[in-house]
Amino acid sequence: MKDVWTIFKREFAAYFATPLAYVFIVIFLFAMGAFTFYIGRFYDNGMADLTVFFTYHPWLYLFLVPAISMRLWAEERRTGTMELLLTLPVPLWATVTGKYLAAWAMTGVALVLTFPIWLTVNYLGSPDNGVILAGYIGSFLMAGAYLAIGACISAATNNQVIAFVVSVTVCFLFTISGAPLVLDFFRAWAPQTLVTAISSFSFLTHFASITNGVIDLRDLVFFFSLIALFLGGNVVLVDLKRAG
Amino acid sequence: MRQKRQHKLDGKPGNGGDGQKARVDDETSTIGFENMEPNATLRPLCGSPRPIAWRTARTGTAIGRNVRFVRIAPLLAEGEFSKASNGRGRRDFSMIEIEGLTKTFGPIAAVAGVDLKVARGEVLGFLGPNGAGKSTTMKMVTGYLSPTAGRVRILGHDIETDTLAAQRQIGYLPEGAPAYGDMTPRQFLSFIAEARGFSGATLKEKVAAAVEKTDLDPVLDQPIETLSKGFKRRVGFAQAILHDPPVLIMDEPTDGLDPNQKHAVRALIKKMAADKAIIISTHLLEEVEAICTRAVIIDRGRVVADGTPAALLARSRHHNAVTLTVPADQAAQVKSRLKTISSIGSVEEAARKDGSVQITAFPKAGALLIEDVSALAKAEKWDARELYAEPGRLDEVFRAITTHDTRRAAEDHA
Ligand SMILES: Nc1ncnc2c1ncn2[C@@H]1O[C@H](COP(=O)(O)OP(=O)(O)O)[C@@H](O)[C@H]1O
Ligand SMILES: [Mg+2]
Repeated sequence: MKDVWTIFKREFAAYFATPLAYVFIVIFLFAMGAFTFYIGRFYDNGMADLTVFFTYHPWLYLFLVPAISMRLWAEERRTGTMELLLTLPVPLWATVTGKYLAAWAMTGVALVLTFPIWLTVNYLGSPDNGVILAGYIGSFLMAGAYLAIGACISAATNNQVIAFVVSVTVCFLFTISGAPLVLDFFRAWAPQTLVTAISSFSFLTHFASITNGVIDLRDLVFFFSLIALFLGGNVVLVDLKRAG
Repeated sequence: MRQKRQHKLDGKPGNGGDGQKARVDDETSTIGFENMEPNATLRPLCGSPRPIAWRTARTGTAIGRNVRFVRIAPLLAEGEFSKASNGRGRRDFSMIEIEGLTKTFGPIAAVAGVDLKVARGEVLGFLGPNGAGKSTTMKMVTGYLSPTAGRVRILGHDIETDTLAAQRQIGYLPEGAPAYGDMTPRQFLSFIAEARGFSGATLKEKVAAAVEKTDLDPVLDQPIETLSKGFKRRVGFAQAILHDPPVLIMDEPTDGLDPNQKHAVRALIKKMAADKAIIISTHLLEEVEAICTRAVIIDRGRVVADGTPAALLARSRHHNAVTLTVPADQAAQVKSRLKTISSIGSVEEAARKDGSVQITAFPKAGALLIEDVSALAKAEKWDARELYAEPGRLDEVFRAITTHDTRRAAEDHA
């Protein structure tokens, strides 16, 4: 655990020692505002809640999170610091977890910085702040899931462009697997259990159920086990690369 | 067997002391060449000509003993080497044990069966042309790459199965001294110290000691990416020695440093050498002569020579050759007189820019020339501006060994 904290601190500080975190946060906030106010017509809605705001999170994460995760391992390899990191007496799982948590915390900071919109709805009306909190928690979990997928894929390739494209694709599949379009396609021929299975992998489905204000244990289990699965994959892939 | 059991009992990672002691004790009774094949070439038992003092980690007492030392000349060729080491039926007290280490990348065998044992007090110079497999070997020894075959043990800890315990004993300076550019040396060294398990006041002490040894003070709070190459290298060096590791592995530690910095790094390595096992890879031959107690030449993934720098030099055509510089008009006479000395095999001359001629006399096998030649020079009243015996030229040996192999490979293919 102490090792995770050591790696986490270094990694988290690195985000803010370089423009990376600032650029990410600014773009995140800007895009969030643009989606919510212009495309989502937040004001025209006449509702004092953040449903519109949260609707766009999956789509924003789809591109922004792989942009963070693609460099997670590739950068260490490129600069040769990978060799330092893996020859320190730190277990590989701790290194993987520490790096991952730092990136996740950074997206968390970006998410927290959207608080003006929360202030706005509270100023305009009296929203259910419990539902809003649930929305934030769901959004953070979803970001974590995207990030775990991206981190795992970045461990598999030294090429950041490939890591980005593949991550976006895989994340996209996870996102839309619950969309009516996809499910209708499968419903036409696949057994119902398969359709249910596919839809149960959907980030959208789980995220939507959390943003409704119900934090169901099943949704939490889904996100956490997905994260654990991909971090495990990450450890295996880094180890496989050691074998050359 | 006994050593293994000891480890199991010991249980705690990072405590190599007991295993070490067991091996040393066992070893005292079996040291020697009893099982040597009759005509195998002898090599030093541990490569170090000095008595070696063993300190057990726990008690701190020294088990001092003179180690028999046999100089090898000519140096062992690869085949002889393996014969000799197979024939040696002794328990080993090496800090680094490498057995049959092999790494293939697709069709390329970057490292092809390297066997090495490095004892405390040894500074092993790892030499070889580019692409010989030096870095790949070091990456496997430090646990960054896993070998295709073979094994590595650091103070008895297997690097593949007991990775963290082994890595705790190692300080490693990777090729190019990588570091996190966005951090300052202070932050970076603190990070390394923390990852190595130090905290609080001890951490500060360790960092301060490493900073002092490497003279990093002036740049301590400047981002590493803005540092000069020399300082960057020193940051890497500080990182490697921070925890005062018993095993130090450095990949081209002086590459890119200016002569003063090179001197400083070498002095530091020399100072630390007594109680460590050190491997440094280099392509600078003068470095080997300056700091190494043992030189290993590797070519296309194989060890092709292993011995003291002196033994390596003895293989040089120039070993014990005598060179003298005389005015051009005396050259012909000097040459013809030199040829009358029976122990001289051949004489070569080279004109120099200032009009004088440099004449080199090569001895017949094993002969010493310097006394005969200087006596002759005195008797004949030559105007010798210089007259000296050559120790041998390492670059010549290096080229002879490594190009010979290349040619042989070409012939094999034909
Ligand atoms: N990751 C790798 N993939 C493929 N080939 C490699 C890799 N690393 C090293 N090699 C090859 O292995 C050989 C040995 O390389 P290296 O150990 O770096 O040599 P040295 O350090 O002695 O110059 C070279 O032919 C090199 O091209
Ligand atoms: Mg190299």
